[in-house]
Amino acid sequence: MDRARLTDDHLRDLAGVLLQTRPDELTCDEWLDRVGGYAEAVAAGRPVPPGSELVEHHLDICPECREEFDALVAALRAGG
Amino acid sequence: MAARDGAAVAELRDRLCRGLVKVLAGRTDPSAAEDFAQEATLRVLDRLADFRGESRFLTWALAVATRVAFSELRKARYRDVSLDALTASGATVPEPAAGSDDVAARLDRTAAIDTLRRLIDTTLTDRQRAVIRAELDGVPQAVIADRLGTSRNALYKLGHDARMKLKHGLEAAGISADEVRAMRAGASNG
Repeated sequence: MDRARLTDDHLRDLAGVLLQTRPDELTCDEWLDRVGGYAEAVAAGRPVPPGSELVEHHLDICPECREEFDALVAALRAGG
Repeated sequence: MAARDGAAVAELRDRLCRGLVKVLAGRTDPSAAEDFAQEATLRVLDRLADFRGESRFLTWALAVATRVAFSELRKARYRDVSLDALTASGATVPEPAAGSDDVAARLDRTAAIDTLRRLIDTTLTDRQRAVIRAELDGVPQAVIADRLGTSRNALYKLGHDARMKLKHGLEAAGISADEVRAMRAGASNG
């Protein structure tokens, strides 16, 4: 853990993350329980449900949930 | 009653397995879906109370199953590698890159970076610093959580608390959003 010193490049990347940080972010679990309807809409090419802003914000800031979302939508389009 | 419940669980497991084959297409051997379907079914059953009814039940269940499968794949990729080893590569601190901007702008950016570094050193816990560092190095949250003996959700909260501390700290230090953007832009110049 004492090796966790950040380089200037890390700090510049962190600055980008901080610009997107907001107090009302969804956690990964909260996002997981809200993403279903949003994913169905995206997969079907329909407008996303009202109030999807926090779901979309989490997708922007969490690369792992983004990866899972992309796979889920692809599966839904394939008849999953 | 028990037989009916058992049949329903078996049907759920079968549907999740077929869904996972599609989720994992092009990522790993499709037979891995079989391996993940059982744990995914148990996770869905554990989380039934969390289903909000905002989608088809199977869509929600497949989202949960996708989380299970991807987390396992990420952990397998990093098996036998310690968190320290994953984050040990950045011992050197490079000089700010020389760009086309003027000296004053570069000095401002350097001051902002110094402020951010000071905030990290003085306001974050050791655990928060380690998490921020690992995330910036691209280590999956599932892997960090596994190493730290916590859940991905708790880890996200830990990281979010750290980011909010830094964001408020920058504001309190008089660093504007434009200066943070300029700090970020320095990365693409470097």
